[in-house]
Order: sequence, then C-alpha cells, then structure tokens
Amino acid sequence: MSKNQVTRRGVLKTGAVAGAGVALPTIFTASSAAAYTNEPTGGTVTLGFNVPQTGPYADEGNDELLAQQLAVEHLNGMGDGGCLNTFTSKALKGNGILGKKVQFVTGDTQTKSDAARAAAKSMIEKDGAIMINGGSSSGVAVAVQGLCQDAGVIFMAGLTHSNDTTGKDRKKNGFRHFFNAYMSAAALAPVLSKEMGADRRAYHLTADYTWGWTQQESIAAATEAMGWETVNNVLTPLASTDFSSYIAPVLNSGADVLVLNHYGGNMVNSLTNAIQFGLLDKVANGKDFKIVVPLYSELMAAGAGENIKGVLGSMNYNWQLDNEGSKAFVKSFGEKYGKPPSNSAQTCYAQVLLYADACERAGTFNPCGVAEALEGFEFDGLGNGKTLYRADDHQCFKDVLVVRGAQNPTNAYDTLEIVEVTPVEQVMYAPDHPMFGGAEASLGECNSGA
Amino acid sequence: MDAIILQILNGLDKGSAYALIALGLTLIFGTLGVVNFAHGALFMIGAFCAVTVQRLLNLSFQTVDETQKDFLGNPLKVDTPYVEAWFGPEIGAAIIDWSVPLALVFAIPIMLAVGYAMERGLIKHFYKRPHADQILVTFGLAIVLQEIIKYFFGANPIQTPEPSALKGSLDIGLMLGFDPNAIIYPIWRLVYFTFSVVIIGGVFAFLQFTTFGMVVRAGMADRETVGLLGINIDKRFTIMFGIAAGVAGLAGVMYGPLNPPNYHMGMDFLVLSFVVVVVGGMGSLPGAVAAGFLLGVLESFASTTWATTTIPGINQIIIYLVAIIILLTRPRGLMGRKGVMED
Repeated sequence: MSKNQVTRRGVLKTGAVAGAGVALPTIFTASSAAAYTNEPTGGTVTLGFNVPQTGPYADEGNDELLAQQLAVEHLNGMGDGGCLNTFTSKALKGNGILGKKVQFVTGDTQTKSDAARAAAKSMIEKDGAIMINGGSSSGVAVAVQGLCQDAGVIFMAGLTHSNDTTGKDRKKNGFRHFFNAYMSAAALAPVLSKEMGADRRAYHLTADYTWGWTQQESIAAATEAMGWETVNNVLTPLASTDFSSYIAPVLNSGADVLVLNHYGGNMVNSLTNAIQFGLLDKVANGKDFKIVVPLYSELMAAGAGENIKGVLGSMNYNWQLDNEGSKAFVKSFGEKYGKPPSNSAQTCYAQVLLYADACERAGTFNPCGVAEALEGFEFDGLGNGKTLYRADDHQCFKDVLVVRGAQNPTNAYDTLEIVEVTPVEQVMYAPDHPMFGGAEASLGECNSGA
Repeated sequence: MDAIILQILNGLDKGSAYALIALGLTLIFGTLGVVNFAHGALFMIGAFCAVTVQRLLNLSFQTVDETQKDFLGNPLKVDTPYVEAWFGPEIGAAIIDWSVPLALVFAIPIMLAVGYAMERGLIKHFYKRPHADQILVTFGLAIVLQEIIKYFFGANPIQTPEPSALKGSLDIGLMLGFDPNAIIYPIWRLVYFTFSVVIIGGVFAFLQFTTFGMVVRAGMADRETVGLLGINIDKRFTIMFGIAAGVAGLAGVMYGPLNPPNYHMGMDFLVLSFVVVVVGGMGSLPGAVAAGFLLGVLESFASTTWATTTIPGINQIIIYLVAIIILLTRPRGLMGRKGVMED
C-alpha cells in the first residue's frame, strides 16, 4: 500500500518548477519582441511632441504644435501633402510611417529642464512614444536629449540655438535641424562689417545661461576677427525684466554698437529699453549708434513692435524664402491656420518629416537604424534649400538668413525682411571646433534601449 | 558724476514701481491684516487694462485692397480702426496714440471693482485665519488671475507704447551743465517717476487730510476701539482695499510703455515688493515708500559694470543682502511699529 503524501514543501517546489516552465517561453518571446524601446506592434506608431504649452514661450510652443500636427496629417495622407510633394527623398508615401498610422501625444516643457524631462519620460514610458520632438530652449534641449539617449529613443530637437546641443553635449540619439550660435555669428559678421564698417566697438549684454554664453562667445569671436573691438560683456540674469540699469552705462562706455545676446522676453524688454534710451538716435565715435540682435524669431519681432525697425539679426528660416519647399509649407500652414509659419514651426515640421523619412529608408523604427539613416543625409525641399545632416555631430548644415526689422511693414507678418541668404559654406566648421567641445566631444554609442 | 546721477535716476524709476506696489501691500496689511500675495497680479491687471484699451481703440473693419497681396498671394485685407473712420484719420490716430494715458481713466473703476470683488468675494473669509492660509489663498488667486490673462492675451509680451510726443529721451546732462550725451534719460521714465510721486502724495494726503483717512488711520492703530465708537470700520477697510488695488493698477497701466506687459509681470514684482515692505517695516506706509526708492537705487548701482565686475552677481543679491543687514540691525524694518506681526 502506497501512501501518497502531499507536503507543503512539495507543492511549492512543483509550483516553482511548473511556473518557471510556463514562463520560460514568454521571457524569450518578450525579449525577442522588444528589440528596442517602444517597438510599435499594432497598426499605429506614437510620436511625442514636447513643447512649451505654458510659461513664457507658450506661444512659440503653440506654433510648434500646429506644425507638428500638420506634419502628422501629411504623413497620414491627409491635407495637401505640404512638403511631401517637394521633399527630394521620395520614401514617404502618405500612408503613415512604414505602413503604420501616425498618432501623437504632447507634453509641456514649461521651458524648465526638470518639467521637460518629466514630460518626455511620461510620453516614453506611459504612452509608448518612439521619438521626442520640439522645445524652445537650449537648456531644455540638452536635458531632454540626455534623457532620450538613456531611454533609447530618438530626439529630434526643436528650437535650440546653443552650440552645446550638438557641441559638447551632442548625443548619438539626438539630432538638430535648427542652426546654432556659431552659424549666426559667421553669417552676421560679414554683413555687419559691410553695413557698419570694420572699425567698431561693441558692448554685449548677455543672458546668463548656456545659450547666452555660446552666443556671445561666437559673435565676439566673429566680429573681432573682422576688426571689431569688444568693449564689455555684461551678463544679465535670465529673470531680468527691466534692463535700464544695464543700458544706461552703454552710451558712455565708448561703444558704438550694442549686441543683445537675449532671446524671448529678455530680448523684447532689452531692445525696448535700448530704444527708450535713444541709443539708435545717437552718434558715438563719430558713427551712428547701432543695435544687433543675433537671434531673431517672428514672435519676438511681434513683441518688440516698432522697436526692431532696422535692427539686424539672423534666423534659421523665414516664410518669405522663395523656394519650392518653403512655398509648399507656407501654403499648407497658412491655409490651415490663417497665418504664416514661424521659425520654430518650420524646424519642428521638418524634423518630424525627416524622422519619418529616415524610418522608411532604414526600414525600421529601431533608433540605431534611424540614426544611421539620418547621418550624412543630404536633402532639399523642406524650406531651407540644400541641407546636410552631418554624421559627426548630428547638426544640419544649410544656408543661414540675415534679417532686418522691416522699415515699413504692410501687415502683421512682414515685420522682418531678408537681407542676405548666407551660403552654407560660410557657416561650416570642423566637428572638433573648440566652441563645440573640441576633440573630446563625442556622440557616444547609439542606444536602442534593448 | 554723470554716471552716478544716471544710476540715481534709474534707481528712483525702478523704485517708483516698487514703492507703488509696496504702498498698496502695506495699506492692505495695515488695515485688514492680510498678507496679499495677489497684489502683483493687480499690478499686472492694471497693465492689461492699457492693453485692452489699446485693443478697443484699434478695433477695425476690413476692406479688401486688390492692389496688394497677402502672404498667400490673395488680395490683402486692410484693417481700418473705427475711431479713424469716425473721427477722421488724424484725430483717430491721435486717440490711438494716447491710449495709455486714456487707459488710466478706464483702469480706475475697473481696478476699484476688481479690488472690491476680491475682498468681498474671497479675502474677507480669511481675516481670522492664520497668515499662512492668507498667503496660500492669495497666491493661488494670483496664479488663477494670471492664467486667465494668459488665456485671453497669450503668453507673449504685448507692446503698449507711450504717446509719440513722450517718446525719446531728454539730455538732462546738458541742462545740468554736463557735456552733451552725458546724462540721457527717457522721457516716459521721467513721466513714470513724476506720476508715482503724485500718486503716493495723493494717498498720503487722502489719509492725512480727510475725515475718511483719519478714521482709517485710527482703525489701523486700534481697530477695536474705533469699532466700539460705532464706526463701521470694516466698510472703510474694504474701500481701502479697493484704493490699494487702484494704486497697483494705475502703476501697471503706466508701466506698460517701459516694458511690454506679459501675464507674468506681477510675479516678477511681487517678491521684491514684499522684501520692500519687510525692509520698510510691516504696516508702515512711509517705510514702504522709502524702502521702495532705497532698494531701487541700490539695485540700480549694483547693476553697473563697475559693481558687477568687482563682485560678480551682486546685482542679483543686493536687495536680499540689504534686507538681511537691515533686519539684523533693525528687526522691525526701517520704520516698523512694535506689535505688528509679533503676536
């Protein structure tokens, strides 16, 4: 007679072995399915648009979001197709990306690095976003780029102009279509020399954070190279609202040019203050006093109103550009939203299309494959003319616009006029340029999150 | 010497805004005992009164000009303001040009009403609550108000220029016997300073020389006794809240041409204004005004090239540094009274 004894320990052992046996194939399946972070498995693919929806750059963020929504429409075959008709790469067919319908989620950067990282993290982890795009600040761009690198998704930067984004803080998973401070300086300097002469003394007011520092360093180097002297550089706190005490000493400093390395609200206020103090009506060192704003945006121009008349600056893109890509984009955006697109809108639109196109050409959403497809990619038809996505630092190289505040704008949108389209050759630099982190700067390894 | 005069002017100008806001804060604290963190938002609403008046005056009708094209190549729609159509182009343009001073008239009833509604609708329920509760509720109110403004006006700054006749700058140095261009100062900033002196003088005169003011001062000194005399001091204090809101609002209207208003401008001033109140002495009106101008001048000098190169970052900490020194040496502030916020 046998005695069938069931012990507690026996049950546990059997259960553990059986459980492991059942789970084993699942572990292998799961491992092989998640070849990379947020691999799309259904009929859709999710993009994450991380833009300032609140805070001081909310209007700029809103414009970015409009452009991103338009890009998604075009990718999904809706609307007039916009730049899909002019883009030189013909990989996109208007049937989503790799046959999957594109959907999107949005996050609010608040123009704060921690909030932007939290929003991006949530979109990646909770919503399954496979790419993050947008933003309106270099501090935010550098922070989110680092997060995307660690998470194993692609970061297609929005408006970020600091040299550091594709300089010392460059990442293998991060890509920037927007131009940078060095390019602004390289494009502006010859125009400044031509219009103001080679014998000028410049006084800089600089926003005290990463973008301001690299902007000032770049413009000072470029103008000094053509003979200008930098009289002084005063760092102003980002939170400043009234610049009168910084502007007041300028007239008696021996300077005859004021360079405002400010952006957004800082620029609107410092320029307004400078005009109030009558700087542009003065003569210093026997020359007419001049003001330069190295980085312009349409929304800032609208904020500064009449004060920008005649003031020189640079832009990544302007809707008045007369090429087929630009015309297609302006028509598409203008008819849908009743206004021309801004600088930041165009860069986000282009970035979404470039990402989608790279997926199609790579035949995968795997960030390492996408990164490889973007590296060294040459294209045209997205509004900026011929463009190269340089492999060494993931920076786009294209013509840069030198613009001036229009003297007699006929409507709310032509507040800026294009003075010169500076050819790309003039703004090129070596990937190991000292202003971009030198020889130590490295993209690192691609991270697919696997 | 010319640089010193220039920075003093600048400081007085900065101090004007601090003093006007701090004056209102102190009025509210002194009368109602409420720490009003929404006071910066009242300053901001005042500035947006100017924006609203400017928008109303610029209300336009559209005509299509076939000879011009818009950015899409369609015939251009040209906006013509109604005031130009009604009063003729020249008078209409002049009315629009003077929109900021005109906004003062518009802002007074609006701000009094906003102040009254704020006090009756929300703040009166917090009189007997701890100061921490008052701070939380008024801070929350400030956030709500600024989000409402952002919803209607957007996040970008909006230009509210001064009238053309008051644009540009004066060569004050020339008048004082200096070389040309030595002391150049914008006309509107001088207007702002003069305006703030008039308003501050007006508030003091109102409190000093009217029966209403006398009762309010008596109430500030001993609320209970005034109440026992059969005077409805609460009603008067509510009116004072409205007046304080009006002062902040008028300061905001006139500030617009100096720096374009945005929804966040109240918060930018709020913290500094509180430091001004504390340095001046909680509940002391002359203290608030004196501290406002004093800190404005100090901040201005700390922003000079000489100061920032000698001690980097001094421009950002000077106000707090001075506040610490004053509070260490005079714990009740410059002109603080015994017993205020000490129970």
